[in-house]
Amino acid sequence: MTATTAAPDLVIEMKKVCTRFGSHAVHSDLDLDVRRGEIFAIAGGSGSGKSVLLREMILLQRPTSGTIRLFGQDIATLTDAQAHTLRQRWGVMFQHGGLFSSLNVRENVGLPLREHSSLDDALIDDIAEWKLSQTGLPPDAGLKSPGELSGGMLKRASLARALALDPELLFLDEPTSGLDPASTAGVDELILRTHALYGLTIVMVTHDLDLLWQVSDRVAVLGEGRVLATGSMEELSHDEHPIVRAYFTDPKTVQANEAEHAHESRKEPAWKTR
Amino acid sequence: MPTPAAATISQPTPGEWTLAGNWTVAGLGPLPQGLEAEAPSSGVVVLDGSGLQAVDSAGAWVLKRWLGSHSATASLRNWPPRLQTLMELVMQQTAPNIPPMPHVSSLQAVGHGAENVMQQSLALLGFVGETVMKALPLLARPQRIRWRTVLRNIQVGGFEALPIIGLTSFLLGVVVAYQGADQLKHYGANIFVVDLVGYAMLREFAPLISAIIIAGRSGSAYAAEIGTMVVTEEIDALRTIDIEPIELLVLPKILALAVALPLLTLFADIAGVFGGMVMARSQLDIGFREFGARFGQEMQGATLLIGIGKSLVFAFIIVLIGCFQGFRTRGSADSVGRQTTLAVVQSIFLVIVADALFSVVFSILDL
Repeated sequence: MTATTAAPDLVIEMKKVCTRFGSHAVHSDLDLDVRRGEIFAIAGGSGSGKSVLLREMILLQRPTSGTIRLFGQDIATLTDAQAHTLRQRWGVMFQHGGLFSSLNVRENVGLPLREHSSLDDALIDDIAEWKLSQTGLPPDAGLKSPGELSGGMLKRASLARALALDPELLFLDEPTSGLDPASTAGVDELILRTHALYGLTIVMVTHDLDLLWQVSDRVAVLGEGRVLATGSMEELSHDEHPIVRAYFTDPKTVQANEAEHAHESRKEPAWKTR
Repeated sequence: MPTPAAATISQPTPGEWTLAGNWTVAGLGPLPQGLEAEAPSSGVVVLDGSGLQAVDSAGAWVLKRWLGSHSATASLRNWPPRLQTLMELVMQQTAPNIPPMPHVSSLQAVGHGAENVMQQSLALLGFVGETVMKALPLLARPQRIRWRTVLRNIQVGGFEALPIIGLTSFLLGVVVAYQGADQLKHYGANIFVVDLVGYAMLREFAPLISAIIIAGRSGSAYAAEIGTMVVTEEIDALRTIDIEPIELLVLPKILALAVALPLLTLFADIAGVFGGMVMARSQLDIGFREFGARFGQEMQGATLLIGIGKSLVFAFIIVLIGCFQGFRTRGSADSVGRQTTLAVVQSIFLVIVADALFSVVFSILDL
């Protein structure tokens, strides 16, 4: 996906963002842009401020200084009404699901529609059930309570809720953490299919290298309180910055690279191709 | 953001419908209700999408249901490719096989309720038994008791509750003396206010009010603490590293409250009687000295000990119910809240039941 025309349509624009907790600086002068329609990943080691950055993008937290523009609107000057409208334009899949335990799964998915539309209950149930089936959950999952679902199913149900209002922008917080390799592969495919079907912009926080290679268009690597490098995985894997290099020198990746290079020198490894 | 153009539908030629505007949650408006009046001919219906600006799942489902209710199928024409994919995906969805919510008749509900109470009572009995079995070996080896935790619990559950218990008991003493004063004045039996306040506070009100406040204050905390530990798998973790959760979490609380609640009751006695004294002086002209003399003459040590003894039993009830309900938490945050409520309601209820039983027993024993 090459969105680099003269003036790319920016969904999220962060300029000189600083975040401090007491004397501890999480971000200092961080700049970051997300273009419309791309799958943008935020990577970085633990404690590099990925989650804080995500929370700032979804209006859960205000930066100490700096400007953030969402869909072209500066969040510092948002009125309550504008913030409500903005929030309905995105969906968030939380790391641990964030499903309401007092509701069953289907009611969880239908909740945004119940709150923000005038559709009748039967139709909302049908839509919720369809969203659940689209994320690959079995039909009987809808009537279960979130506590009865496994970790992978929770994430899928959470994705279904995030997609309830067909958002323009989807945030995924650690979509593969805590999943077994087989479920992780399913998530890759699910994200790509969702992206194609709804034509939305996806911002995800992850440190799963496989997922980064499989689905992301551009990746920003966080470290030292700022964005160390932005680019496709291919570009980043040649980046010289020591932290970026260390981040991408996953033993598995190195082995796979060496194995591939031993056989065919020029061909890309199979897991790199989309 | 400007409001999106509303969704519209019209039928220029029979069997052909033209869709326009935003068929989205924001753009649908009252259309779904109005759509019921329009009837597509059954069979294949052409849906022209050239005027469409956007379609989301909600819009696609409104169309699907409209067609479905008239047993028509759609043929899409001039739809933007991505919207067509979405619409086709929705159309393919066969009626999801949603299992109906299980229906429970009122008789069944009564049965389930009774079974639940029965099962819970048995579980409580089991929990009490288990606690006693864990406590007995510890009594033989007191150095294994976690004294630090015990002291901490005394501080949090006992010492820090002193102000609220003192204030409540003082006010209770004031109220009892005030209610009595009015009646006693008629008979010129002013001095009997001492007996009234003394017996009422020492035997009943001080133990009861202390127990009720501690049940609300500490019983709920016990249930919430243990309940959260169940949800975050800390209890399971304790078991796997071979630490008995009961030994670590329940026994120190029992020991702590068995010390703290009788002491709190004694404090409540003092505050309550003092409240009565203040009222007696202002309403019945009985000075502190006079009150004190009569009090020392009439009250026996047994009266005080009965109240203190009862509070010891109340302490066991509060800790056992609080911890028991905490351990019964299952899975979710919702459950922690429910168990905490149950812990407070049940422990206050059982404290009052126990108090009533004491009254019956004491009247038989003539104490």
